Amino acid sequence: MSQLLIEPFQFEFFRNGVMAAVLAGALCGLIGVYIVLRGMSYIGHGLSHAIFGGAVVAYVMQWNFYLGAGLWGFIAALLINQTARKTEINADAAIGVITTASFAVGVALISRYRSFTRSFDAALFGNILGVTRADVWVIAGVCLMVAVAVFFAYRQLLFTTFDAEVARVYGIRTPWIDALFALLLAATLIAALQILGVTLIAAALVIPPITARLLSDSFNRIILLSTAMGAATGFIGIYLSYFIDVASGATIVLAQASLFVIVLTITALQKRAQRRLVHTHVG
Amino acid sequence: MDPILELRRVTFGYGRTPVLQQIDLHLHPGQFACVVGPSGAGKTSLLRLALGVLQPNQGEILIAGRTLNGRPAPRVAYVPQVETIDWSFPVTVEQVALMGHVRRRSPWPWPDRKTRNAVRDVLERLQIGDLRKQHIRNLSGGQQQRVFLARALVARPDLLVLDEPTSGVDMQTAEKMLHMLLDLNYEGMTILMTTHDLNMAAAHVPWSICLNQRIIAQGKTTDIFTSEILTETYRGEMQVIRHDGQLLIHQKPHHHRLSDVVIDPVLGHETGAAENGEEEGTGDENEPAAYRTISV
Repeated sequence: MSQLLIEPFQFEFFRNGVMAAVLAGALCGLIGVYIVLRGMSYIGHGLSHAIFGGAVVAYVMQWNFYLGAGLWGFIAALLINQTARKTEINADAAIGVITTASFAVGVALISRYRSFTRSFDAALFGNILGVTRADVWVIAGVCLMVAVAVFFAYRQLLFTTFDAEVARVYGIRTPWIDALFALLLAATLIAALQILGVTLIAAALVIPPITARLLSDSFNRIILLSTAMGAATGFIGIYLSYFIDVASGATIVLAQASLFVIVLTITALQKRAQRRLVHTHVG
Repeated sequence: MDPILELRRVTFGYGRTPVLQQIDLHLHPGQFACVVGPSGAGKTSLLRLALGVLQPNQGEILIAGRTLNGRPAPRVAYVPQVETIDWSFPVTVEQVALMGHVRRRSPWPWPDRKTRNAVRDVLERLQIGDLRKQHIRNLSGGQQQRVFLARALVARPDLLVLDEPTSGVDMQTAEKMLHMLLDLNYEGMTILMTTHDLNMAAAHVPWSICLNQRIIAQGKTTDIFTSEILTETYRGEMQVIRHDGQLLIHQKPHHHRLSDVVIDPVLGHETGAAENGEEEGTGDENEPAAYRTISV
Protein backbone atom coordinates (compact mmCIF):
# COMPACT_ATOMS: atom_id res chain seq x y z
CA MET A 1 0.00 0.00 0.00
CA SER A 2 2.77 2.41 1.01
CA GLN A 3 4.60 1.40 -2.16
CA LEU A 4 1.56 2.46 -4.15
CA LEU A 5 1.40 5.81 -2.37
CA ILE A 6 5.03 6.71 -3.00
CA GLU A 7 5.04 5.29 -6.51
CA PRO A 8 4.23 8.56 -8.29
CA PHE A 9 7.22 10.31 -6.70
CA GLN A 10 9.61 8.28 -8.83
CA PHE A 11 8.54 10.35 -11.83
CA GLU A 12 10.14 13.75 -12.19
CA PHE A 13 7.03 15.26 -13.80
CA PHE A 14 5.03 14.30 -10.67
CA ARG A 15 7.60 15.73 -8.28
CA ASN A 16 7.55 18.95 -10.29
CA GLY A 17 3.76 18.86 -10.35
CA VAL A 18 3.48 18.36 -6.58
CA MET A 19 5.87 21.22 -5.83
CA ALA A 20 4.10 23.49 -8.30
CA ALA A 21 0.63 22.59 -7.00
CA VAL A 22 1.55 23.13 -3.34
CA LEU A 23 3.17 26.48 -4.11
CA ALA A 24 0.38 27.60 -6.46
CA GLY A 25 -2.28 26.54 -3.94
CA ALA A 26 -0.58 28.45 -1.13
CA LEU A 27 -0.12 31.48 -3.37
CA CYS A 28 -3.78 31.53 -4.44
CA GLY A 29 -4.87 31.02 -0.82
CA LEU A 30 -2.80 33.99 0.33
CA ILE A 31 -3.72 36.50 -2.38
CA GLY A 32 -7.31 35.20 -2.39
CA VAL A 33 -7.93 36.59 1.11
CA TYR A 34 -7.48 40.13 -0.22
CA ILE A 35 -9.57 39.39 -3.31
CA VAL A 36 -12.51 38.05 -1.30
CA LEU A 37 -12.37 40.88 1.26
CA ARG A 38 -12.22 43.48 -1.52
CA GLY A 39 -15.46 42.03 -2.87
CA MET A 40 -13.75 41.08 -6.14
CA SER A 41 -14.21 37.31 -6.11
CA TYR A 42 -14.98 37.34 -9.81
CA ILE A 43 -11.63 38.99 -10.68
CA GLY A 44 -9.71 35.71 -10.66
CA HIS A 45 -12.08 34.25 -13.19
CA GLY A 46 -12.03 37.33 -15.40
CA LEU A 47 -8.34 38.08 -15.16
CA SER A 48 -7.33 34.51 -15.97
CA HIS A 49 -9.34 34.86 -19.19
CA ALA A 50 -7.63 38.19 -19.88
CA ILE A 51 -4.27 36.52 -19.36
CA PHE A 52 -5.27 33.79 -21.78
CA GLY A 53 -5.71 36.55 -24.36
CA GLY A 54 -2.29 37.91 -23.41
CA ALA A 55 -0.75 34.47 -23.69
CA VAL A 56 -2.04 34.09 -27.25
CA VAL A 57 -0.76 37.56 -28.14
CA ALA A 58 2.63 36.69 -26.63
CA TYR A 59 2.70 33.49 -28.68
CA VAL A 60 1.76 35.20 -31.93
CA MET A 61 4.23 38.03 -31.35
CA GLN A 62 6.86 35.50 -30.24
CA TRP A 63 7.36 37.23 -26.90
CA ASN A 64 8.30 35.45 -23.72
CA PHE A 65 5.11 33.85 -22.34
CA TYR A 66 5.56 35.02 -18.74
CA LEU A 67 6.47 38.56 -19.77
CA GLY A 68 3.73 38.99 -22.38
CA ALA A 69 0.91 37.37 -20.45
CA GLY A 70 2.06 38.92 -17.15
CA LEU A 71 2.16 42.44 -18.56
CA TRP A 72 -1.24 41.92 -20.18
CA GLY A 73 -2.71 40.70 -16.89
CA PHE A 74 -1.14 43.55 -14.91
CA ILE A 75 -2.60 46.18 -17.25
CA ALA A 76 -6.02 44.49 -17.18
CA ALA A 77 -5.99 44.36 -13.34
CA LEU A 78 -4.99 48.04 -13.15
CA LEU A 79 -7.74 49.01 -15.59
CA ILE A 80 -10.32 47.08 -13.56
CA ASN A 81 -9.21 48.73 -10.31
CA GLN A 82 -9.21 52.22 -11.74
CA THR A 83 -12.53 51.76 -13.55
CA ALA A 84 -14.17 50.48 -10.35
CA ARG A 85 -12.69 53.20 -8.13
CA LYS A 86 -13.00 56.23 -10.39
CA THR A 87 -16.21 55.68 -12.30
CA GLU A 88 -19.79 54.76 -11.48
CA ILE A 89 -19.16 51.26 -12.88
CA ASN A 90 -19.09 48.45 -10.30
CA ALA A 91 -16.08 46.15 -9.97
CA ASP A 92 -17.98 43.13 -11.35
CA ALA A 93 -19.11 45.07 -14.44
CA ALA A 94 -15.57 46.43 -14.98
CA ILE A 95 -14.19 42.89 -14.72
CA GLY A 96 -16.82 41.67 -17.19
CA VAL A 97 -16.02 44.30 -19.81
CA ILE A 98 -12.23 44.40 -19.61
CA THR A 99 -11.47 40.72 -19.23
CA THR A 100 -13.94 39.40 -21.80
CA ALA A 101 -12.63 41.93 -24.32
CA SER A 102 -9.13 40.70 -23.61
CA PHE A 103 -10.23 37.05 -23.92
CA ALA A 104 -11.91 37.92 -27.21
CA VAL A 105 -8.58 39.22 -28.54
CA GLY A 106 -7.08 35.79 -27.80
CA VAL A 107 -9.96 33.94 -29.45
CA ALA A 108 -9.79 36.25 -32.50
CA LEU A 109 -6.07 35.62 -32.87
CA ILE A 110 -6.53 31.86 -32.57
CA SER A 111 -9.16 31.84 -35.32
CA ARG A 112 -7.06 34.15 -37.49
CA TYR A 113 -3.85 32.10 -37.18
CA ARG A 114 -5.22 28.61 -37.60
CA SER A 115 -1.71 27.28 -38.04
CA PHE A 116 -1.40 26.98 -34.23
CA THR A 117 0.40 23.84 -33.25
CA ARG A 118 0.34 24.59 -29.55
CA SER A 119 -2.46 23.14 -27.45
CA PHE A 120 -4.21 25.55 -25.14
CA ASP A 121 -6.05 22.75 -23.32
CA ALA A 122 -3.48 22.83 -20.55
CA ALA A 123 -3.95 26.57 -20.14
CA LEU A 124 -7.71 26.10 -19.95
CA PHE A 125 -7.94 23.13 -17.55
CA GLY A 126 -4.48 22.71 -16.05
CA ASN A 127 -2.08 19.86 -16.64
CA ILE A 128 0.76 18.67 -14.44
CA LEU A 129 2.43 16.85 -17.31
CA GLY A 130 3.56 20.13 -18.76
CA VAL A 131 5.22 21.41 -15.57
CA THR A 132 8.97 21.63 -15.92
CA ARG A 133 11.60 22.33 -13.27
CA ALA A 134 11.90 25.85 -14.74
CA ASP A 135 8.14 26.37 -14.14
CA VAL A 136 8.60 25.30 -10.52
CA TRP A 137 11.33 27.89 -10.09
CA VAL A 138 9.11 30.56 -11.61
CA ILE A 139 6.25 29.67 -9.22
CA ALA A 140 8.67 29.63 -6.27
CA GLY A 141 9.99 33.04 -7.31
CA VAL A 142 6.46 34.47 -7.54
CA CYS A 143 5.64 32.95 -4.13
CA LEU A 144 8.64 34.64 -2.60
CA MET A 145 7.83 37.97 -4.25
CA VAL A 146 4.19 37.89 -3.09
CA ALA A 147 5.12 36.79 0.44
CA VAL A 148 7.69 39.57 0.80
CA ALA A 149 5.32 42.20 -0.62
CA VAL A 150 2.40 41.09 1.59
CA PHE A 151 4.71 41.07 4.64
CA PHE A 152 6.15 44.54 4.17
CA ALA A 153 2.96 46.17 2.87
CA TYR A 154 0.80 44.36 5.44
CA ARG A 155 -0.53 47.47 7.21
CA GLN A 156 -1.19 49.36 3.97
CA LEU A 157 -2.85 46.38 2.27
CA LEU A 158 -5.05 45.70 5.29
CA PHE A 159 -6.22 49.31 5.63
CA THR A 160 -6.78 49.73 1.88
CA THR A 161 -8.75 46.47 1.74
CA PHE A 162 -10.85 47.50 4.76
CA ASP A 163 -11.66 51.03 3.58
CA ALA A 164 -9.70 52.46 0.64
CA GLU A 165 -11.09 55.99 0.87
CA VAL A 166 -10.34 56.41 4.57
CA ALA A 167 -6.94 54.76 4.11
CA ARG A 168 -6.06 57.57 1.71
CA VAL A 169 -7.06 60.15 4.32
CA TYR A 170 -4.66 58.48 6.76
CA GLY A 171 -1.79 58.97 4.33
CA ILE A 172 -1.67 55.66 2.43
CA ARG A 173 -0.91 56.09 -1.26
CA THR A 174 -3.80 53.90 -2.31
CA PRO A 175 -3.14 54.13 -6.07
CA TRP A 176 0.31 52.63 -5.45
CA ILE A 177 -1.11 49.93 -3.22
CA ASP A 178 -3.71 49.13 -5.90
CA ALA A 179 -0.96 48.94 -8.52
CA LEU A 180 1.11 46.67 -6.29
CA PHE A 181 -1.90 44.44 -5.72
CA ALA A 182 -2.62 44.28 -9.46
CA LEU A 183 0.98 43.22 -10.06
CA LEU A 184 0.85 40.53 -7.38
CA LEU A 185 -2.44 39.22 -8.69
CA ALA A 186 -1.25 39.07 -12.29
CA ALA A 187 1.94 37.29 -11.21
CA THR A 188 -0.09 34.80 -9.13
CA LEU A 189 -2.39 33.98 -12.01
CA ILE A 190 0.48 33.51 -14.44
CA ALA A 191 2.26 31.24 -11.98
CA ALA A 192 -0.83 29.13 -11.24
CA LEU A 193 -2.19 28.97 -14.78
CA GLN A 194 -0.30 25.83 -15.81
CA ILE A 195 -1.49 23.87 -12.78
CA LEU A 196 -5.05 25.08 -12.34
CA GLY A 197 -6.03 26.33 -15.77
CA VAL A 198 -7.91 29.45 -16.78
CA THR A 199 -11.34 28.01 -16.07
CA LEU A 200 -10.65 26.77 -12.53
CA ILE A 201 -8.21 29.30 -11.11
CA ALA A 202 -10.99 31.53 -9.73
CA ALA A 203 -12.13 28.74 -7.40
CA ALA A 204 -8.61 28.32 -6.02
CA LEU A 205 -8.55 32.05 -5.25
CA VAL A 206 -11.93 32.09 -3.52
CA ILE A 207 -12.55 28.73 -1.79
CA PRO A 208 -9.60 28.66 0.69
CA PRO A 209 -10.25 32.23 1.97
CA ILE A 210 -13.97 31.68 2.47
CA THR A 211 -13.30 28.36 4.19
CA ALA A 212 -10.79 30.09 6.49
CA ARG A 213 -13.31 32.90 7.10
CA LEU A 214 -15.75 30.31 8.44
CA LEU A 215 -13.15 29.28 11.01
CA SER A 216 -11.89 32.63 12.25
CA ASP A 217 -12.71 36.31 12.80
CA SER A 218 -9.03 37.26 12.91
CA PHE A 219 -7.47 38.64 9.75
CA ASN A 220 -4.01 37.23 10.56
CA ARG A 221 -5.38 33.77 11.28
CA ILE A 222 -7.42 33.82 8.06
CA ILE A 223 -4.28 34.64 6.07
CA LEU A 224 -2.41 31.70 7.64
CA LEU A 225 -5.31 29.25 7.39
CA SER A 226 -6.13 30.14 3.80
CA THR A 227 -2.49 29.76 2.72
CA ALA A 228 -2.17 26.42 4.52
CA MET A 229 -5.46 25.12 3.07
CA GLY A 230 -4.40 26.20 -0.43
CA ALA A 231 -1.12 24.29 -0.08
CA ALA A 232 -2.73 21.18 1.46
CA THR A 233 -5.50 20.95 -1.13
CA GLY A 234 -2.91 21.54 -3.87
CA PHE A 235 -1.06 18.46 -2.64
CA ILE A 236 -4.20 16.33 -2.24
CA GLY A 237 -5.55 17.44 -5.60
CA ILE A 238 -2.41 16.64 -7.56
CA TYR A 239 -2.19 13.25 -5.87
CA LEU A 240 -5.76 12.45 -6.85
CA SER A 241 -5.09 13.71 -10.34
CA TYR A 242 -2.40 11.08 -10.75
CA PHE A 243 -4.45 8.17 -9.48
CA ILE A 244 -7.77 8.92 -11.13
CA ASP A 245 -6.28 10.40 -14.29
CA VAL A 246 -8.22 13.67 -14.22
CA ALA A 247 -7.01 17.22 -15.03
CA SER A 248 -5.06 18.61 -12.06
CA GLY A 249 -7.07 21.86 -11.91
CA ALA A 250 -10.30 19.92 -11.42
CA THR A 251 -8.98 17.66 -8.65
CA ILE A 252 -7.45 20.57 -6.73
CA VAL A 253 -10.67 22.56 -6.88
CA LEU A 254 -12.72 19.47 -5.92
CA ALA A 255 -10.46 18.93 -2.91
CA GLN A 256 -10.99 22.58 -1.90
CA ALA A 257 -14.74 22.37 -2.43
CA SER A 258 -14.92 19.19 -0.30
CA LEU A 259 -12.99 20.89 2.50
CA PHE A 260 -15.34 23.87 2.29
CA VAL A 261 -18.42 21.65 2.58
CA ILE A 262 -16.92 19.81 5.59
CA VAL A 263 -16.03 23.07 7.39
CA LEU A 264 -19.38 24.63 6.54
CA THR A 265 -21.24 21.61 7.95
CA ILE A 266 -19.16 21.49 11.14
CA THR A 267 -19.44 25.24 11.83
CA ALA A 268 -23.19 25.18 11.13
CA LEU A 269 -23.65 22.29 13.57
CA GLN A 270 -21.53 24.08 16.18
CA LYS A 271 -23.63 27.25 15.86
CA ARG A 272 -26.79 25.21 16.18
CA ALA A 273 -25.47 23.55 19.33
CA GLN A 274 -24.52 26.94 20.80
CA ARG A 275 -27.97 28.35 20.06
CA ARG A 276 -29.56 25.34 21.73
CA LEU A 277 -27.31 25.82 24.78
CA VAL A 278 -28.30 29.49 25.06
CA HIS A 279 -31.95 28.55 24.65
CA THR A 280 -31.66 25.92 27.42
CA HIS A 281 -30.01 28.44 29.78
CA VAL A 282 -32.60 31.12 29.06
CA GLY A 283 -35.42 28.61 29.39
CA MET B 1 -3.28 82.69 14.36
CA ASP B 2 -3.43 80.97 10.96
CA PRO B 3 -6.47 78.78 10.36
CA ILE B 4 -5.89 75.03 10.45
CA LEU B 5 -8.51 74.59 7.73
CA GLU B 6 -9.41 77.15 5.14
CA LEU B 7 -11.78 76.92 2.18
CA ARG B 8 -11.60 79.85 -0.21
CA ARG B 9 -14.49 80.39 -2.63
CA VAL B 10 -14.86 76.64 -3.07
CA THR B 11 -17.40 75.36 -5.57
CA PHE B 12 -18.01 71.65 -6.06
CA GLY B 13 -20.44 69.47 -7.98
CA TYR B 14 -20.90 65.95 -9.25
CA GLY B 15 -21.04 66.35 -13.02
CA ARG B 16 -23.25 69.33 -13.77
CA THR B 17 -25.14 69.11 -10.49
CA PRO B 18 -23.81 71.74 -8.08
CA VAL B 19 -23.43 70.54 -4.51
CA LEU B 20 -21.54 73.38 -2.89
CA GLN B 21 -21.23 76.95 -4.09
CA GLN B 22 -18.80 79.68 -3.09
CA ILE B 23 -17.88 78.21 0.28
CA ASP B 24 -15.68 80.39 2.47
CA LEU B 25 -14.75 78.71 5.71
CA HIS B 26 -12.08 79.12 8.36
CA LEU B 27 -11.40 76.81 11.24
CA HIS B 28 -8.77 77.89 13.74
CA PRO B 29 -6.71 75.63 16.02
CA GLY B 30 -8.68 74.66 19.09
CA GLN B 31 -12.10 75.26 17.56
CA PHE B 32 -14.95 72.78 17.82
CA ALA B 33 -17.42 73.26 14.98
CA CYS B 34 -20.30 71.34 13.51
CA VAL B 35 -21.91 71.55 10.10
CA VAL B 36 -25.69 71.31 10.10
CA GLY B 37 -28.13 71.22 7.23
CA PRO B 38 -30.76 69.02 5.62
CA SER B 39 -29.99 65.80 3.76
CA GLY B 40 -28.39 66.66 0.42
CA ALA B 41 -27.08 70.00 1.71
CA GLY B 42 -23.51 68.97 0.94
CA LYS B 43 -22.28 68.28 4.50
CA THR B 44 -20.40 65.07 3.71
CA SER B 45 -19.05 66.54 0.46
CA LEU B 46 -17.70 69.48 2.47
CA LEU B 47 -15.89 67.10 4.82
CA ARG B 48 -14.52 65.03 1.93
CA LEU B 49 -13.22 68.20 0.28
CA ALA B 50 -11.51 69.19 3.53
CA LEU B 51 -9.92 65.73 3.71
CA GLY B 52 -8.59 65.92 0.16
CA VAL B 53 -10.73 62.99 -1.00
CA LEU B 54 -12.64 65.25 -3.40
CA GLN B 55 -11.22 68.10 -5.41
CA PRO B 56 -13.07 71.38 -5.84
CA ASN B 57 -14.19 72.58 -9.27
CA GLN B 58 -13.20 76.07 -8.24
CA GLY B 59 -11.49 77.62 -5.26
CA GLU B 60 -8.74 76.53 -2.93
CA ILE B 61 -8.48 74.37 0.18
CA LEU B 62 -5.64 74.86 2.63
CA ILE B 63 -4.66 72.76 5.63
CA ALA B 64 -2.31 74.55 8.02
CA GLY B 65 -1.55 77.08 5.28
CA ARG B 66 -0.71 74.48 2.60
CA THR B 67 -2.84 73.94 -0.48
CA LEU B 68 -4.07 70.36 -0.80
CA ASN B 69 -3.95 70.08 -4.61
CA GLY B 70 -5.47 66.60 -4.59
CA ARG B 71 -3.12 65.29 -1.90
CA PRO B 72 -4.54 63.80 1.29
CA ALA B 73 -4.65 66.29 4.14
CA PRO B 74 -1.70 65.88 6.52
CA ARG B 75 -2.22 65.44 10.29
CA VAL B 76 -5.94 65.02 9.81
CA ALA B 77 -7.89 62.01 11.08
CA TYR B 78 -11.34 61.00 9.96
CA VAL B 79 -14.16 59.10 11.62
CA PRO B 80 -16.57 57.99 8.86
CA GLN B 81 -20.27 57.33 9.22
CA VAL B 82 -20.80 53.90 10.77
CA GLU B 83 -23.16 53.03 7.93
CA THR B 84 -20.19 52.97 5.55
CA ILE B 85 -18.23 50.36 7.55
CA ASP B 86 -18.06 46.72 6.46
CA TRP B 87 -18.93 45.10 9.80
CA SER B 88 -18.27 41.58 8.58
CA PHE B 89 -14.62 42.40 7.81
CA PRO B 90 -12.43 40.15 9.99
CA VAL B 91 -10.75 42.71 12.24
CA THR B 92 -10.63 43.17 15.98
CA VAL B 93 -10.99 46.43 17.91
CA GLU B 94 -7.22 46.57 18.41
CA GLN B 95 -6.49 45.99 14.72
CA VAL B 96 -8.78 48.87 13.72
CA ALA B 97 -7.17 51.17 16.29
CA LEU B 98 -3.71 50.17 15.03
CA MET B 99 -4.66 51.33 11.53
CA GLY B 100 -4.35 54.85 12.90
CA HIS B 101 -0.61 54.22 13.18
CA VAL B 102 -0.19 53.56 9.49
CA ARG B 103 1.76 56.79 8.91
CA ARG B 104 4.46 55.49 11.24
CA ARG B 105 7.65 55.04 9.25
CA SER B 106 8.79 51.54 10.05
CA PRO B 107 9.66 48.74 7.63
CA TRP B 108 8.16 46.12 9.95
CA PRO B 109 4.46 45.41 9.70
CA TRP B 110 3.90 44.68 13.38
CA PRO B 111 3.64 47.42 16.01
CA ASP B 112 6.38 47.86 18.60
CA ARG B 113 5.70 47.84 22.34
CA LYS B 114 5.46 51.64 22.48
CA THR B 115 2.80 51.69 19.76
CA ARG B 116 0.82 48.89 21.42
CA ASN B 117 0.89 50.73 24.73
CA ALA B 118 -0.22 53.97 23.06
CA VAL B 119 -3.13 52.12 21.41
CA ARG B 120 -4.10 50.48 24.72
CA ASP B 121 -4.06 53.87 26.45
CA VAL B 122 -6.42 55.30 23.84
CA LEU B 123 -8.75 52.29 24.09
CA GLU B 124 -8.75 52.53 27.90
CA ARG B 125 -9.51 56.21 27.75
CA LEU B 126 -12.49 55.53 25.51
CA GLN B 127 -13.59 52.73 27.87
CA ILE B 128 -13.21 49.94 25.33
CA GLY B 129 -9.86 48.61 26.56
CA ASP B 130 -11.31 45.27 27.65
CA LEU B 131 -12.88 44.78 24.21
CA ARG B 132 -9.65 45.00 22.23
CA LYS B 133 -9.66 41.36 21.13
CA GLN B 134 -13.34 41.46 20.16
CA HIS B 135 -14.50 41.44 16.55
CA ILE B 136 -15.98 44.85 15.65
CA ARG B 137 -19.34 43.28 14.75
CA ASN B 138 -19.86 42.13 18.34
CA LEU B 139 -19.96 45.66 19.80
CA SER B 140 -22.86 47.98 20.59
CA GLY B 141 -23.46 51.09 18.45
CA GLY B 142 -21.72 53.40 20.92
CA GLN B 143 -18.73 51.07 21.27
CA GLN B 144 -18.42 50.81 17.49
CA GLN B 145 -18.30 54.61 17.21
CA ARG B 146 -15.58 54.71 19.86
CA VAL B 147 -13.45 52.15 17.99
CA PHE B 148 -13.25 54.48 15.00
CA LEU B 149 -12.65 57.46 17.25
CA ALA B 150 -9.80 55.45 18.81
CA ARG B 151 -8.28 54.87 15.36
CA ALA B 152 -8.42 58.60 14.73
CA LEU B 153 -6.84 59.47 18.10
CA VAL B 154 -4.04 56.94 17.63
CA ALA B 155 -3.05 58.96 14.55
CA ARG B 156 -2.53 61.97 16.91
CA PRO B 157 -4.09 64.45 14.48
CA ASP B 158 -4.20 68.23 14.64
CA LEU B 159 -7.65 68.20 13.08
CA LEU B 160 -10.29 65.57 13.82
CA VAL B 161 -13.10 65.26 11.28
CA LEU B 162 -16.22 63.23 12.10
CA ASP B 163 -19.17 62.45 9.85
CA GLU B 164 -22.38 62.00 11.87
CA PRO B 165 -20.65 60.58 14.97
CA THR B 166 -23.93 60.28 16.86
CA SER B 167 -26.12 58.75 14.19
CA GLY B 168 -27.86 55.50 15.05
CA VAL B 169 -27.19 55.63 18.79
CA ASP B 170 -29.49 56.47 21.70
CA MET B 171 -29.50 59.87 23.42
CA GLN B 172 -27.33 58.79 26.36
CA THR B 173 -24.68 57.24 24.11
CA ALA B 174 -24.70 60.30 21.86
CA GLU B 175 -24.24 62.55 24.88
CA LYS B 176 -21.31 60.45 26.13
CA MET B 177 -19.72 60.70 22.70
CA LEU B 178 -20.11 64.47 22.69
CA HIS B 179 -18.60 64.72 26.15
CA MET B 180 -15.59 62.75 24.95
CA LEU B 181 -15.20 65.10 22.00
CA LEU B 182 -15.51 68.12 24.28
CA ASP B 183 -12.80 66.71 26.55
CA LEU B 184 -10.53 66.31 23.53
CA ASN B 185 -11.34 69.84 22.44
CA TYR B 186 -10.49 71.21 25.90
CA GLU B 187 -7.11 69.52 25.49
CA GLY B 188 -6.56 71.54 22.32
CA MET B 189 -7.76 69.31 19.47
CA THR B 190 -9.56 71.02 16.61
CA ILE B 191 -12.77 69.23 15.71
CA LEU B 192 -15.09 69.49 12.72
CA MET B 193 -18.17 67.28 12.55
CA THR B 194 -21.51 67.00 10.83
CA THR B 195 -24.75 66.26 12.59
CA HIS B 196 -28.49 66.11 12.04
CA ASP B 197 -29.18 66.58 15.75
CA LEU B 198 -29.69 70.31 16.19
CA ASN B 199 -30.50 70.10 19.90
CA MET B 200 -27.33 68.20 20.59
CA ALA B 201 -25.34 70.75 18.59
CA ALA B 202 -27.04 73.57 20.49
CA ALA B 203 -26.21 71.98 23.84
CA HIS B 204 -22.59 70.97 23.21
CA VAL B 205 -20.96 72.48 20.14
CA PRO B 206 -19.74 76.07 20.49
CA TRP B 207 -19.45 76.91 16.76
CA SER B 208 -21.82 75.97 13.95
CA ILE B 209 -22.03 76.27 10.19
CA CYS B 210 -25.49 76.22 8.64
CA LEU B 211 -25.16 74.76 5.16
CA ASN B 212 -27.48 74.19 2.30
CA GLN B 213 -25.34 74.13 -0.83
CA ARG B 214 -23.98 77.49 0.34
CA ILE B 215 -23.19 78.72 3.79
CA ILE B 216 -26.33 80.30 5.21
CA ALA B 217 -24.61 81.37 8.44
CA GLN B 218 -21.61 80.53 10.57
CA GLY B 219 -20.82 81.65 14.06
CA LYS B 220 -21.45 80.87 17.70
CA THR B 221 -24.16 78.24 17.90
CA THR B 222 -26.17 80.30 20.39
CA ASP B 223 -26.10 83.26 18.01
CA ILE B 224 -26.94 81.61 14.71
CA PHE B 225 -29.49 79.01 15.80
CA THR B 226 -32.45 81.27 15.24
CA SER B 227 -35.79 80.46 13.67
CA GLU B 228 -34.98 82.61 10.63
CA ILE B 229 -31.58 81.06 9.90
CA LEU B 230 -32.68 77.47 10.53
CA THR B 231 -35.85 77.98 8.50
CA GLU B 232 -33.72 79.25 5.61
CA THR B 233 -31.24 76.40 6.03
CA TYR B 234 -33.84 73.64 6.14
CA ARG B 235 -36.30 75.39 3.80
CA GLY B 236 -39.10 74.60 6.20
CA GLU B 237 -40.46 76.15 9.35
CA MET B 238 -38.20 75.67 12.39
CA GLN B 239 -38.99 76.99 15.85
CA VAL B 240 -36.28 77.89 18.34
CA ILE B 241 -37.17 78.24 22.00
CA ARG B 242 -34.70 80.04 24.26
CA HIS B 243 -35.04 79.33 27.93
CA ASP B 244 -32.63 79.99 30.75
CA GLY B 245 -29.67 80.32 28.38
CA GLN B 246 -30.51 77.08 26.61
CA LEU B 247 -31.82 76.45 23.12
CA LEU B 248 -34.49 74.03 22.10
CA ILE B 249 -35.13 73.46 18.42
CA HIS B 250 -38.73 72.49 18.16
CA GLN B 251 -40.43 70.81 15.25
CA LYS B 252 -43.77 72.18 14.20
CA PRO B 253 -46.39 69.61 15.14
CA HIS B 254 -48.82 68.22 12.60
CA HIS B 255 -52.19 69.98 12.51
CA HIS B 256 -53.82 66.87 14.00
CA ARG B 257 -53.05 66.59 17.68
CA LEU B 258 -51.31 63.35 18.64
CA SER B 259 -53.93 62.78 21.31
CA ASP B 260 -56.50 62.63 18.53
CA VAL B 261 -55.09 59.42 17.11
CA VAL B 262 -53.14 57.64 19.86
CA ILE B 263 -54.79 54.53 21.20
CA ASP B 264 -53.50 52.50 24.08
CA PRO B 265 -52.90 48.95 22.89
CA VAL B 266 -52.31 47.57 26.41
CA LEU B 267 -55.21 49.01 28.30
CA GLY B 268 -57.45 48.58 25.30
CA HIS B 269 -59.10 51.97 25.38
CA GLU B 270 -58.78 55.05 23.27
CA THR B 271 -57.33 58.23 24.58
CA GLY B 272 -57.89 61.81 23.59
CA ALA B 273 -60.53 63.02 21.23
CA ALA B 274 -62.10 59.69 20.34
CA GLU B 275 -62.52 58.83 24.00
CA ASN B 276 -64.14 62.17 24.65
CA GLY B 277 -66.67 61.53 21.97
CA GLU B 278 -65.30 64.20 19.67
CA GLU B 279 -64.54 61.68 16.92
CA GLU B 280 -66.18 58.47 15.95
CA GLY B 281 -64.58 55.07 15.55
CA THR B 282 -65.21 53.35 12.25
CA GLY B 283 -64.73 49.80 13.49
CA ASP B 284 -67.07 47.30 15.08
CA GLU B 285 -68.28 48.54 18.46
CA ASN B 286 -67.71 45.07 19.99
CA GLU B 287 -64.14 45.00 18.79
CA PRO B 288 -61.49 45.98 21.39
CA ALA B 289 -60.73 49.69 21.03
CA ALA B 290 -57.06 48.95 20.48
CA TYR B 291 -57.85 47.43 17.09
CA ARG B 292 -60.35 49.98 15.93
CA THR B 293 -59.50 52.56 13.33
CA ILE B 294 -60.11 56.05 14.53
CA SER B 295 -61.12 58.45 11.82
CA VAL B 296 -59.70 61.89 12.27
